[in-house]
Amino acid sequence: MKKIEAIIQPHKLEEVRQALKTIGIDGMSVWEVRGHGRQKGHKEVYRGQEYQVDLIPKVKLELVVPSARAEEVTRALAAAARSGSIGDGKIFVSEIEDAVRIRNDERGETAL
Amino acid sequence: MNKQSKRSLIRGSSFPDLRRGARCAVLGVLLSAAGLAQSAGTDVAKSLDDLKKAAQNAQMSGDNAWMLTSAALVLMMTGPGLALFYGGLVRRKNVLGTMMHSFILMATVSILWAIIGYSLAFAEGSPFLGDFRYAFLHGVGAEPNGDYAATIPHQTYMVYQLMFAIITPALISGAFAERMKFSALLLFMTLWSLVVYFPMAHMVWGKGGFLNGTLGGKFPAWDFAGGTVVHITSGVSALICAIYLGKREGYPSESMRPHSVVLSVIGACLLWVGWFGFNAGSAVSAGALASSAFIATHFATAAAVLAWMCTEWIMAGKPSVLGAVSGAVAGLVAITPASGFVKPMPAVLIGVAAGVICYLMVSKVKKVFGYDDSLDAFGVHGIGGTLGAILTGVFATKEVNDLRMGKAMGLVDGDAGQVVNQLIAVLISWGLAIVGTLVILKICDAVFGVRLNKEDENVGLDLSMHGEEGYNFEA
Repeated sequence: MKKIEAIIQPHKLEEVRQALKTIGIDGMSVWEVRGHGRQKGHKEVYRGQEYQVDLIPKVKLELVVPSARAEEVTRALAAAARSGSIGDGKIFVSEIEDAVRIRNDERGETAL
Repeated sequence: MNKQSKRSLIRGSSFPDLRRGARCAVLGVLLSAAGLAQSAGTDVAKSLDDLKKAAQNAQMSGDNAWMLTSAALVLMMTGPGLALFYGGLVRRKNVLGTMMHSFILMATVSILWAIIGYSLAFAEGSPFLGDFRYAFLHGVGAEPNGDYAATIPHQTYMVYQLMFAIITPALISGAFAERMKFSALLLFMTLWSLVVYFPMAHMVWGKGGFLNGTLGGKFPAWDFAGGTVVHITSGVSALICAIYLGKREGYPSESMRPHSVVLSVIGACLLWVGWFGFNAGSAVSAGALASSAFIATHFATAAAVLAWMCTEWIMAGKPSVLGAVSGAVAGLVAITPASGFVKPMPAVLIGVAAGVICYLMVSKVKKVFGYDDSLDAFGVHGIGGTLGAILTGVFATKEVNDLRMGKAMGLVDGDAGQVVNQLIAVLISWGLAIVGTLVILKICDAVFGVRLNKEDENVGLDLSMHGEEGYNFEA
């Protein structure tokens, strides 16, 4: 099993969900997060007081998929989340040891 | 008869017809009264007296309806208006504490007003302070007080003026936002009302007050709805508070962005609407003067919004929403003293001046001096109020409000001396605000300590002072 974590632009979330749905993936967790990588923040001005806002809103998705599908899912996700500009985000893929379906104690890939 | 034909019948009876009918009826009454005069002369006198009373009652209920509405509108300016406007401008951890600064005055000042405040402000006394004749609202009943408002119950006038006494100290709280101890705030606001507001209100509006324009003042100054009494006193006191308390922890290096400009926009809109009660209500009647003040208020505000927005757009690159609504408040402040004395186009000029100057104050001048007037109570109310008070002397005209029976009211009428009187009123209100506030702060500091300790300030007012949070997302 692989865990795929993706940090993307908030406005790309719906597109990404649609893309994953078309290849049969519809389980995921989503967070609203703040952060930045190479992308610079933006300037906000309130009554002449300037604020450099570096931590900008992003959406983080997390999904665990069978190892055999990890590459396909990662590609679909990246394609859907891409706008081509700085700030599109990152995807991290890592190994998962085990999974448990709490309802009935199913283990491993059958629990996904 | 169906609805349609009924309506057309009503439309068919034009007003001149009605008036002619009424005239005939009155004539009839008089003729028949004359016929009876010899046998019953007292009946005529009684009929005329009844007629006079009926006319007076009609005017009284009209004026009273508007004044009670205005009183409610002015209360709405404090809560939710100002509470939202200021609440949105602070950081999330201080939203409740900041709203409480406004809200609690709706209770505190009300009780103070009933006990002693109204009497000190509006009873006849010395030129600087009223006596105790209205203490505990003694003698304040249904009978109008002819000195102030002949056509509304004295009670209505009293409660209308109370709403001004509530919002004025609430305005100051913008300067010490996010860092004042609640206990000290309560003491400060009580003492400030006693030492600064009540005397100032008496001097400008009270019978025999030093600066009263119509009731025997030594230096008659025009202040229709509170440029000196409300905005200069609160704005200048705000500056003193900001300097005395010092900057917030982390100001200006840390981010202190408003946590919700949305709340501030709603608050500013409520202020704009409520301000019609503030300014048009200051006519203390529902006649043409109220309309004139309403219109001056509205157009000045609209002009100030555009002036602030355009200045910001040119100087800072973007027309911010917070800028637009701040412009509205600046315009409302500046037109307040002038609203019942100026024509619509001078009102627009006052609005433009307020929009540009207040923008420069809060965005440029504040930075130069480095004080932390957190929500710009001084920049908007102190400066806007001063500007408005002076320009009132320039643009006041007898064509709008003929208080001097045909003589010049302001510079545009040819009386340059009025500008001097306005300056005197401005200086007195600045002086009283500075000295009064400094003394009160010293007292509050000695009793409770005015400034939050560092830890409480970092945690925020909501948790440290009130044991609550504004937004409980997990609840």
